[in-house]
Amino acid sequence: MLDLFLNAIASGVLLGGFYAVMTVGLAISFGMLDVGNLAHPAFVILGSFTAYILNSRYGIDPIVAGIIVLPGFALLGAVIYETYYWSFERRGEEGVRGLSFFFGLLFITEVALILIFGVDYRFVEAPYIGRSIDIGLVDLPLRMLVPCITAFVLIGVLQLFLSRTFIGRAILAVAQDGQALRLMAVSPKHVKRVAFSLSIATAAIAGSCLIIIQPVEPSIGRDYIGRVFAVTVMGGMGSFPGMVIAALVLGIVESLTATFYGPSWSPAVAFGFLLLTLAFRPSGIMGR
Amino acid sequence: MRTTTFWLLTAAVVAAVFGLSRYVTNDYYFFAAYLVLQYIVLATAWNILGGYTGYVNFGVAGFFALGAYSTVVLHKLWGPPIPVLIVVGGIVSGIVGLGMGYLTLRVRGVFFGIATLALAIVIQTFITNWDYVGGSRGVYIIRPATAPLVGNYIEYLFLVMLILAGMSVAIARTVEHSILGFGLATVRDDEMAAEASGVPTLRLKLVATVLSGALMGMAGAPMPYYVTYLDPASGFSLSYAVNAIAMPLIGGTANWLGPVIGAIFLGTIEQVATVTISSALNLLIVGVLLVFFVVVAPNGVMGMFQSRTRRGDR
Repeated sequence: MLDLFLNAIASGVLLGGFYAVMTVGLAISFGMLDVGNLAHPAFVILGSFTAYILNSRYGIDPIVAGIIVLPGFALLGAVIYETYYWSFERRGEEGVRGLSFFFGLLFITEVALILIFGVDYRFVEAPYIGRSIDIGLVDLPLRMLVPCITAFVLIGVLQLFLSRTFIGRAILAVAQDGQALRLMAVSPKHVKRVAFSLSIATAAIAGSCLIIIQPVEPSIGRDYIGRVFAVTVMGGMGSFPGMVIAALVLGIVESLTATFYGPSWSPAVAFGFLLLTLAFRPSGIMGR
Repeated sequence: MRTTTFWLLTAAVVAAVFGLSRYVTNDYYFFAAYLVLQYIVLATAWNILGGYTGYVNFGVAGFFALGAYSTVVLHKLWGPPIPVLIVVGGIVSGIVGLGMGYLTLRVRGVFFGIATLALAIVIQTFITNWDYVGGSRGVYIIRPATAPLVGNYIEYLFLVMLILAGMSVAIARTVEHSILGFGLATVRDDEMAAEASGVPTLRLKLVATVLSGALMGMAGAPMPYYVTYLDPASGFSLSYAVNAIAMPLIGGTANWLGPVIGAIFLGTIEQVATVTISSALNLLIVGVLLVFFVVVAPNGVMGMFQSRTRRGDR
């Protein structure tokens, strides 16, 4: 009983690390820029498939593959933000139409991937998949540990970037007050475009992590929509420490649910969390 | 036009369409027309909340499937006639709409949108884990050999859905021209100002959510009899939400006619594309059209025909 419980907690922490890397892009786009990018999980799946192609064709490690395609994802992000800006933000029509735009993108990405790859599950090969290390009673599978470590490295780098560089501080500033930034002679649109590119670029790494953890097919992205939004909102919209705590809490609760009630209940946990957070604490656990 | 006149006119159109359908002999057309009519109901229902108030409901599939699964439960219990099933489906979805609206309508619109998506998945998880209604394996519904009124079962389903479509359009038109509709319009234009002027915004939004959810559940109630096999993956398919959102946005969200135009236009294209090309590609078409219309023609087909002066004062 005790080792079951300890293992559930340990795998919950690892799962939480993975949720953090899935969410970090959304914490930037939705949390800081107020762009409700519903399609973020779909871009993560896209990242999984690019990692799959590079891995199965050229034998490249999935994490390295994620880093290779970063510029492509950043470019995609810039294009999407330009479209979003010119079609919605400029006219002040972000609400219904902006959300529907991203919902459409989510759907298009998913269906396009199904048309190209079919609905088969795809997986990658790497030397660390399938092994695990034992610490006392606890058993840590490397296929969970590697994404978790990647997640913390990526989030650490992003946190340094945001707090130390000029453009990073500009992103934090635009999150607080775009109008004031304009008075300082910085274009909010330019800063937001950089930030949005960054957020989509993280989806490439998150996608690599996802396909290391489990086989991927195009429509599983949907299962993560509720989780990533739950973590973003619970984390207090754009605060990285808050996001990591929220991701760990969600990971541990889900892992305990899966261990003691069965894995088919775990999707409801995240969504239940989200509904409760929205109803009782919309500003998140570390809310401003 | 007076509201009663509109109801009578809708009833006349429904009767006329049904009269014309008596000359159709190929059953396929009834199957196709049923789906188009179902989309008229879903699009109109979505528009009551999404178009009139600006709160986006992404959980259409959840409400729809609630209607469908309450039919499954009743069918297994005692198998009442379809009109009863529709009423029950509407009540169940309406109650869930009330609960969800009460929890989430107080926060900003974007949170409401995400919460609806989340709700659909919560409901799907419960249904998947509930063995009585088939769980993840799905459930078979054996429909009676003969139907009341018209004999042929698919023609009967077509008639039911036709009446439902007429009803929902008339309800949408009635809402639009009532105090409720004016209140909802103030919420859409400026919720803060509406609240400050004493409009009970939360209550109005709740009424719209319940009405919209109930109509979606009613649209879902006859579904098990139509498909005869229902599983969570198909009942909760994301394509219901995409279609129900794409149709009003393509037709125009400002009044009752937009969703109807969108549903007939897109629904027909989809039926033709499914038969002639492939069903996966037809979903891609819907997605692309949705993105195209929100980017290029924000006011939909209806907006294109309105005069420049009317567009100017928006």
